[in-house]
Amino acid sequence: MIKNQTTLRESKMTAITVNGIEQKLQVDPATPLLWVLREQLELTGTKFGCGMAQCGACTVHVNGTAIRSCVTPLAAVAGQQITTIEGLAPSADEPHPLQKAWIDEQVPQCGYCQSGQLMSAAALLATNSSPSDDDINDAMSGNICRCGMYGRIRQAIKSAAGVQQFDPALAALAKEINHG
Amino acid sequence: MGKWTRRAFISAGVIAGGGLIVGVAIRPGQRAAELSKHVAGDGETLLHTWLKLDTNNVVTAIIPHAEMGQGVGTALAQMLADELDADWDLVKFEEAPALGGFANYPMGEAILLAGAEFPDFVLPTVEGALIRTAQALDLQITGGSLSVRTTGAYGMRVAGAAVKEMLKAAAAAAWQVPVDQVLAKDSQLFHEASGRIQPYSFFAEAAGEMMPPVSPILKSVDQFKIMGRHVERHDLPSKVDGTALFALDVRLPNMLYATVNRAPTFGGGIASVDETRTRAVDGVVDVVKLPSVEVSSMFGGFTYAESVAVVAKGYWSAKQGMDALSIEWRNTANDGVSSDTIFAQFDQDISSAFEREADVVRGDVAAAMVNADKVIEADYRVPFLAHTCMEPLNATAMVNNGHCEVWVGCQSPLSFRRSVADALGFDIENVTLHNCFMGGGFGRKSRPDYAIQAAQLAASLGRPVQLIWTREEDVRQDFYRPAVQSRFRAALASNGDITAWENTYVDKHEPYEAPLIPYSIGAQDIGHVRSPTHIPFGAWRSVSHSQQGFFTESFLDEVAVAAGQDPYQYRVERLQHLPRELAVLKKAAKEAQWHIPLAAGRGRGISLQSSFGSVVAEVVEVTVNNGNLSVDRVVAVIDAGFAISPDGMRAQIESGIIYGLSAAIHGEITIRNGAVVQSNFHDYPSVRMSEAPLIETHIINSGEPMGGAGEPGTPPIASALTNAIYNATGERIRQLPIKNAGFNV
Repeated sequence: MIKNQTTLRESKMTAITVNGIEQKLQVDPATPLLWVLREQLELTGTKFGCGMAQCGACTVHVNGTAIRSCVTPLAAVAGQQITTIEGLAPSADEPHPLQKAWIDEQVPQCGYCQSGQLMSAAALLATNSSPSDDDINDAMSGNICRCGMYGRIRQAIKSAAGVQQFDPALAALAKEINHG
Repeated sequence: MGKWTRRAFISAGVIAGGGLIVGVAIRPGQRAAELSKHVAGDGETLLHTWLKLDTNNVVTAIIPHAEMGQGVGTALAQMLADELDADWDLVKFEEAPALGGFANYPMGEAILLAGAEFPDFVLPTVEGALIRTAQALDLQITGGSLSVRTTGAYGMRVAGAAVKEMLKAAAAAAWQVPVDQVLAKDSQLFHEASGRIQPYSFFAEAAGEMMPPVSPILKSVDQFKIMGRHVERHDLPSKVDGTALFALDVRLPNMLYATVNRAPTFGGGIASVDETRTRAVDGVVDVVKLPSVEVSSMFGGFTYAESVAVVAKGYWSAKQGMDALSIEWRNTANDGVSSDTIFAQFDQDISSAFEREADVVRGDVAAAMVNADKVIEADYRVPFLAHTCMEPLNATAMVNNGHCEVWVGCQSPLSFRRSVADALGFDIENVTLHNCFMGGGFGRKSRPDYAIQAAQLAASLGRPVQLIWTREEDVRQDFYRPAVQSRFRAALASNGDITAWENTYVDKHEPYEAPLIPYSIGAQDIGHVRSPTHIPFGAWRSVSHSQQGFFTESFLDEVAVAAGQDPYQYRVERLQHLPRELAVLKKAAKEAQWHIPLAAGRGRGISLQSSFGSVVAEVVEVTVNNGNLSVDRVVAVIDAGFAISPDGMRAQIESGIIYGLSAAIHGEITIRNGAVVQSNFHDYPSVRMSEAPLIETHIINSGEPMGGAGEPGTPPIASALTNAIYNATGERIRQLPIKNAGFNV
């Protein structure tokens, strides 16, 4: 990445849609999405933890699928629909069922990993309304919680899943996310 | 970070102007007038250092502790609100500012005066001295599992009760009735005979004119309404929607981003730097060499080595620039040091009993060994460990017109502020520190190096700078839980009784009592040799208990097995003199159904460790199948005297267990060429969801003096696990981590 190349790159705009709002960004398209969200868009709920897709703190959704934004170049998500923790709740006064379950189970301690945990869990429930323990292990083992709140996270996912099964509106939402 | 001892307090008191002797001059008086401008906003009245009340009758507890996950604000606010007889729905809390006026003198009181009774008339003088002393010590620390049992017990409850008395007195004066006819309940004051009723806030101004009583009457346990009750943590809503403010989330106009690198070999420095390729990276603004900084404190100094920083328009550019930087490090005397040479040194120093000092000598160990039917010997080892807080170290700073403002998440705001001031050559008044939520602390964030670096950069650049360490730097420039080796010998009589216990380990750290054992063994010799290394020492969740809890409770298990007895029963028989420990151990065995045998391939292990004033026992159940280890279940029992916030306490025990499990199973920092080998979560792993056991925590409220919760869950877990593995397989693990013993997790 030396200057005469990046001058060319800089002139290039990348468009992405974040939490329903289209953003045109004049950023080196090799920049990981994480830093674009945090620095250019000031959406700081998505966290930096490792920089190599090992901890999951940076998890966001691209077209409904959980990805690690610390290793995803902006160029790779051009034109895509991105959801961050700031866009997880259906509306300002209606939390996502997982956010509610996270409070009911008193999940967070330091809270730093929880945006990523919630985004991984939300992607799981969007495609699996009644996950087994193994399903939860598979979906959530990319997310480290150094405070060790795994038991509470598991319980909260199960209780939110219970809610989702009986909520047709949310089932429809899940379907919509599923089918892009 | 040293320990706050009685001696430190007394010497600091003397430094602060002979405060302990010259009483009258430092009587505290009503400090609210002086402190109010720092914390009281519109419509708020500060009635006590730790309590303000607003015109909507909302009480705010001012908490001289940092939030790193433990939920300290909620538990402390419960204590204040209960004594105040406040309506919990009208209670908030905020962290105290990093100013000397909010130094945590109740913690000092707890450490210095616990149990001491003073006549009432000297109490204001004593409190004045404590305030001065706490200020001299920059005492605003979070650690040692101390907050609830010191600040809560000696500060928050007193503040709540004192303000209730002030409000009642104000109401009595206004209503012209005897004060004992004024009742306080749910944030309201009542006079039953006349039917008068007013919210607390109605009397805030009048109460604010009064001196807070120093020793108000506190409630007895049967009068508690909010203490001991399950309440939801106030900080959690912001932690599920991304709005919680960590230092990493600070955004300032015109801000630059930076990352740093220090010599990988501790004690090393920079020989030369070639910036050419870095300067060519798009977005890079500057490459800055940051000089080494010596930080002194009451508890001994430390020199933070020089570092080199790359400053850019964004973190990614700074990182790219750092990767492109070519740095030649200076050679050091420690370049040849490795984990192997360190453990060889430990082995030799233990064998030669180098400068051995005893912690405990009781009975005649030598004679017991000679007369033993069997002598059991074993060496135990644990490696260095890093903290790996979820949030990599970072700080943001801005220097303008000789004033520095710092945003950081730290465990010791006042000492960080002083360190930054010293490093910049500023007066302390010219540094403002904003403490943010910490994404984990675990002891690491008591060291100010990262805040100093950010301040140095802001001063150098003349613009706000957010410094973000890479995870690699975070792993390689930590202050490490030390590697330790312990050598044990035990004497067994022919009836299986243990007649002597000997433990020689390397290097003494706090807490003093960590290697001591609760069991009634007639002859004991527990001591340490000196075997220093160049690896920087750090307090790591539960400090020396984390190693010794593994060593002593594993070796005792070995002894029980050698005696042909059940490890649980063997402990019970030797705890008859300690009813509190015995009750905890028995409850753990009962809840875990210790008496019901497990299927082949499964195993159960038990461990007991008292630390930070609390007694904890844990029982682990494992399944081992063709070398595949599964940690199925952990049953934990804690007696911390009284659980102010029971769910918060359970969460802390769960957290301590998982933190300790990560270390027991995976945790290993190895040293090569004097430097740390590991770098990130791929080679320094943590327990993940798929490995996490089911944890059930039981609380005993014994009414004994309160203990802590943040750390005591960690010490028993490693030995409970390895004892369970032994029970399942017959394989005794004496060196951590367990992954090196050939198990797949």
